[in-house]
Amino acid sequence: MGMAESILLTIATAATPLLIAAIGELVVERSGVLNLGVEGMMVMGAVCGFVAAALTGSPWLGVLCGILAGALFSLPFAFLTLNIATNQVATGLSLTLLGLGLSSMIGESFVGSPGVRLPNLFIPGLTELPLVGRLLFGQDPIFYLSILLVIAVTWFLFKTRTGLTLRSVGDNHASAHALGIPVIGYRYGAVLFGGACAGLAGAQLSLVYTPQWVENMTAGRGWIALALVVFASWRPLRVLAGAYLFGAVTIGQLHAQALGLGIPSQLLSSLPYLATIVVLVLISRNRRLTMINTPASLGRAFVPDR
Amino acid sequence: MRLELVKRPQQSTLFSAISPLIALCLTLVVGAIVFALLGENPFEALYYYFVDPLRELWSLHELAIKAAPLIIIAVGLSVCYLSNNWNIGAEGQFIMGGIFGSMLPVLFPTFQGPLVLPLMLLMGLIGGAAYAAIPAILKTRFNTNEILTSLMLVYVAQFFLDWLVRGPWRNPEGNNFPETRRFHPDAVLPELFPADGRANLGIVFAIVAAIVVWLLVSRTLKGFEVRVLGASPRAGRFAGFGTTKMVFFAFMLSGALAGLAGISEVSGAIGQLRPTISPGYGFAAIIVAFLGRLNPLGIIAAGFVLALTYLGGEAAQISIGVSDKVARVFQGMLLFFVLGCDTLIHYRIRLVRAAPKADAAVVAKAAEPATEGA
Repeated sequence: MGMAESILLTIATAATPLLIAAIGELVVERSGVLNLGVEGMMVMGAVCGFVAAALTGSPWLGVLCGILAGALFSLPFAFLTLNIATNQVATGLSLTLLGLGLSSMIGESFVGSPGVRLPNLFIPGLTELPLVGRLLFGQDPIFYLSILLVIAVTWFLFKTRTGLTLRSVGDNHASAHALGIPVIGYRYGAVLFGGACAGLAGAQLSLVYTPQWVENMTAGRGWIALALVVFASWRPLRVLAGAYLFGAVTIGQLHAQALGLGIPSQLLSSLPYLATIVVLVLISRNRRLTMINTPASLGRAFVPDR
Repeated sequence: MRLELVKRPQQSTLFSAISPLIALCLTLVVGAIVFALLGENPFEALYYYFVDPLRELWSLHELAIKAAPLIIIAVGLSVCYLSNNWNIGAEGQFIMGGIFGSMLPVLFPTFQGPLVLPLMLLMGLIGGAAYAAIPAILKTRFNTNEILTSLMLVYVAQFFLDWLVRGPWRNPEGNNFPETRRFHPDAVLPELFPADGRANLGIVFAIVAAIVVWLLVSRTLKGFEVRVLGASPRAGRFAGFGTTKMVFFAFMLSGALAGLAGISEVSGAIGQLRPTISPGYGFAAIIVAFLGRLNPLGIIAAGFVLALTYLGGEAAQISIGVSDKVARVFQGMLLFFVLGCDTLIHYRIRLVRAAPKADAAVVAKAAEPATEGA
């Protein structure tokens, strides 16, 4: 396996959790809900996925538990913001704070215990192809799932009636409600989907990327995913591009650290976060473009007038 | 069966006052359930958690030490949130305040005297305010979401501090430990009653900051501006209040206070810079701000409650062996319940038995052609 090939493989592994979490949040935001709890749901997915895999020995069960944990953990947020119309920013924040606390409590006795890695795909013949074999046919299952998710969400949002309705709910909840569309029902669906995606992204971290449990192991990836949605101006394919860009930055700085170029490792480690800021500034400079793309009801509480 | 919110004609004064208390009670109830699930006697656990730390004088001093930074930061955040500016990077501004303020005792240890401490505090204020100005500039100049930028800057500040204490600022006589030299006595925040415990001037700063900001918000034109721009930016613009100026005001005020909390913590409770100088005060202060209902005087009480969760976590770990991680779970739950209970201030919550089915079907039918056309 060549150097370039292995770098590309690690970039894909680093980009996948960002991609999955951001795609989930994209659907949530398209329905008009801003869930700042991505980091919390992600870290819950990571810890539950790891614990389930460690206890049963099956990484597949781990993935399933991660997804379930993320979805379940999004429910209190959904109830508070959708049923009793609390402030979405504050409620999302509290979901993140609770998730970080709860996960460190659940995972406390699992720190340092050996992890179970989800096996890579292996197709005799295809995986052994030179150059592209490992990249296309030899990665972990969640990688393929992430690509499928992008395609499925694009198709759902822009080619199905339900997707159109979901977007209408996000753009004008009052009109959607007046048309008899169950606004809160749609939003519940979106928030649960976003939670499941964040949970899956977390499980990828603790079962594929670094198969172990470390406190706060998401390290701000949930927040970067949130930034990616803005960067992508709420379009799935651009989320894909953005996630791989960030994957490349993450892996690039790790390689730079290994080379020991005399640049402080802390500066290199903070590059993904600085890059997030730079990218956000570049994309939001154009006020008109941002206004056109942002779901018009994003972040606004909805109380049906009857 | 479903919930229905009915808007109250006026804010409920009753629930404005008691909603934080309801939230606290709910947190205790759920906390008891959590302890029971962990196999502990819930009453014993809650006792060790919330009562035991209050029984001795030295422990009350520790409470004040933990409450001080929480109150100072939260008071600043309340102005931010009231004016609808979402600064969630107080943790980073806290760290930057700590770093800026430490410049004097770390880089110029021979400069001593009564002038040192006031200068350090001033530098802390400036450091925090300058760091908070970054998201404010990005928001006003480039329309960048301040939630994400202020949060990203927390990670950057943490790495910066880590680099300083492992690199250029490492104690030359410290056996390679990642920490700066210990501050000389003139650079240490004096203790209030050294005979009884460690509580220092920080808690005095906290009370003063809360009272000053309370006067500012409730008694001055600037405070009126904060509240108007927060409740309705449009109305604020009609009144001639500048949105851009308000963003800077809110961010730099909260940043300055977070920086003050940072240098007070470093110079008071710690006495040197280390790779980690905060057990998440900047984030816990967000909870304090909401628990205090964004009112600086309420925040004083809320700060002590959150400080108690930190102390209780340590106490419960020692006495009954429950993980001190429970503290952060309590804090997270508390914010959830506070936000939920705050709904009661503006709405009455009604339980409705079944949805009027026929009604809904008719509306849906009437809507059909319209959605197809869209």
